[in-house]
Amino acid sequence: MMQITCPHCGPRSQSEFVYGRTVDSVVALDAPADQAMTALFTRTNPRGPDDEIWRHTYGCRAWIVITRHRVTNEITATRAVGSEALP
Amino acid sequence: MSRYSALGLLRGALTGHKHWQPAWRDPEPKSHYDILIIGGGGHGLATAYYLAKVHGLRNIAVLEKGWIGGGNTGRNTTIVRSNYRLEPLHNFYEFGLKLWHGLSDELNYNVMFSPRGAMFLGHSDADMVKLAERGDAMRCDGIDADLLSRDEVAKLEPLLDMSRDARFPIEGGLIQRRGGTARHDAVAWGYARGADSLGVDIIQKCEVTGFVRDGDAVVGVETTRGRIGAGRVGICVAGHSGHVAAMAGLKLPVESQTLQAMVTEGVKPMINTVIMSQSLHCYISQSDKGGIVFGGDPDNWPSYAQRGDPSIMEGAVAQGLALVPALSRLRMVRTWSGVTDMSFDGTPIIGETPVPNLYINGGWCYGGFKATPASGWTYAHTLATGKPHPLNAPFALDRFERGATIDETGSGPMPNSR
Ligand SMILES: Cc1cc2nc3c(=O)[nH]c(=O)nc-3n(C[C@H](O)[C@H](O)[C@H](O)COP(=O)(O)OP(=O)(O)OC[C@H]3O[C@@H](n4cnc5c(N)ncnc54)[C@H](O)[C@@H]3O)c2cc1C
Repeated sequence: MMQITCPHCGPRSQSEFVYGRTVDSVVALDAPADQAMTALFTRTNPRGPDDEIWRHTYGCRAWIVITRHRVTNEITATRAVGSEALP
Repeated sequence: MSRYSALGLLRGALTGHKHWQPAWRDPEPKSHYDILIIGGGGHGLATAYYLAKVHGLRNIAVLEKGWIGGGNTGRNTTIVRSNYRLEPLHNFYEFGLKLWHGLSDELNYNVMFSPRGAMFLGHSDADMVKLAERGDAMRCDGIDADLLSRDEVAKLEPLLDMSRDARFPIEGGLIQRRGGTARHDAVAWGYARGADSLGVDIIQKCEVTGFVRDGDAVVGVETTRGRIGAGRVGICVAGHSGHVAAMAGLKLPVESQTLQAMVTEGVKPMINTVIMSQSLHCYISQSDKGGIVFGGDPDNWPSYAQRGDPSIMEGAVAQGLALVPALSRLRMVRTWSGVTDMSFDGTPIIGETPVPNLYINGGWCYGGFKATPASGWTYAHTLATGKPHPLNAPFALDRFERGATIDETGSGPMPNSR
């Protein structure tokens, strides 16, 4: 099981969090159709690190961004979702 | 290749079993093949077998980075069925189920297919309506499905908790009697032996690390055993679909997740069918060795780790114990997991890619073992002719941009919502 450091609550068990989607799959409201299509329906899905949006559902309920390695589960960064998460 | 037979066994018994030969060769890769298949799971091996058997092609190789059947083929809970609600799905899986019923004879290899019945439980009126709807849809296409009353379910599986205050009260079920289980390893080995005997080169410990391009077109692959040229290349790597497709610059409608399974110590027969549920994500069957095989939810976040989270295991076991309380006395002996290729509508992808000469077979989610024969058959057709077989035409990669998704569960376009 992973331990995720919530930027608001500190280190918590992973079972308090729910995975949402990757940062690159957030669609801008005015994105052209082909970009929206790519963001909505495809994923880079790397066998390595990716930026992911999780929610501290059973905690403070905030959305957060974590950078996690998809093989080792190592989390190298956690940050609050700010306006920079939006495209 | 010598045929396996009862007489051969007898002869072996009398001559100290010294006549057995390896079931397939261990060839060095040639410099060029007409068709290269990446991934030596059941699907890749079945594809090679049908390319040789049905389409008469001979210059084919299957490249496997580890050992054949070491991926999801050797890690799954082996449930085989065709009881899907949507037409493209049940027709495809039913074609496969018919092949399953003759597979041991076809391959001269015992895949231990055991049509013991695949039963979905219903826990509420809403569940029963959904099960009836699914059964009706299947029967319209001539596929067997029987709606079961509470009493009929209790008779089939006497150890289910049928009490009114059960955690998950059972209202009835839907059974496909021709569904069941098979021995996963034997499926990989049987197809490998069959393909090899028709001249297919099965090359293990050979990881594809890149594609060789001529302009846009793929004309070969780079591997850990050197460059190999090819006429057409078929990706068939399940959980690693995204990783391999990215080497050709493709971004797929797939996200990889971990799926776990577990098995208890062996006991006398106690579970007769394959028990699944319309509301829960828990499936239970008993292996021929006697172990109770459990599966549950995928770990709902992206992963290539091939090891799962204990909290998900706990969820599956809690559901299983609620359904069959007698299981609480058993000890779990093994747990494991595989990397599944979760597609955005829960339906597989078989067909061409935007890259000339490159084809894809993936997006099997947690349910592709049952598809092995049908997947091999239709992918072979696609690779041999360059066109989809009518059964896999609906599974084209471009269905997402066309708005033609096939969403069996109606849970929307997220790989983690299945
Ligand atoms: C725990 C679990 C339970 C499941 N239960 C069921 C079930 O009950 N019923 C059902 O129908 N399905 C089930 N499934 C799904 C099913 O196992 C898969 O969909 C199916 O086995 C996929 O077969 P495959 O041949 O496509 O993939 P695999 O068997 O995974 O084969 C792909 C192969 O590609 C190789 N490969 C990867 N990358 C490369 C590379 N770069 N170069 C060369 N080779 C490469 C891998 O080593 C692997 O051997 C389950 C899966 C899991 C994990």
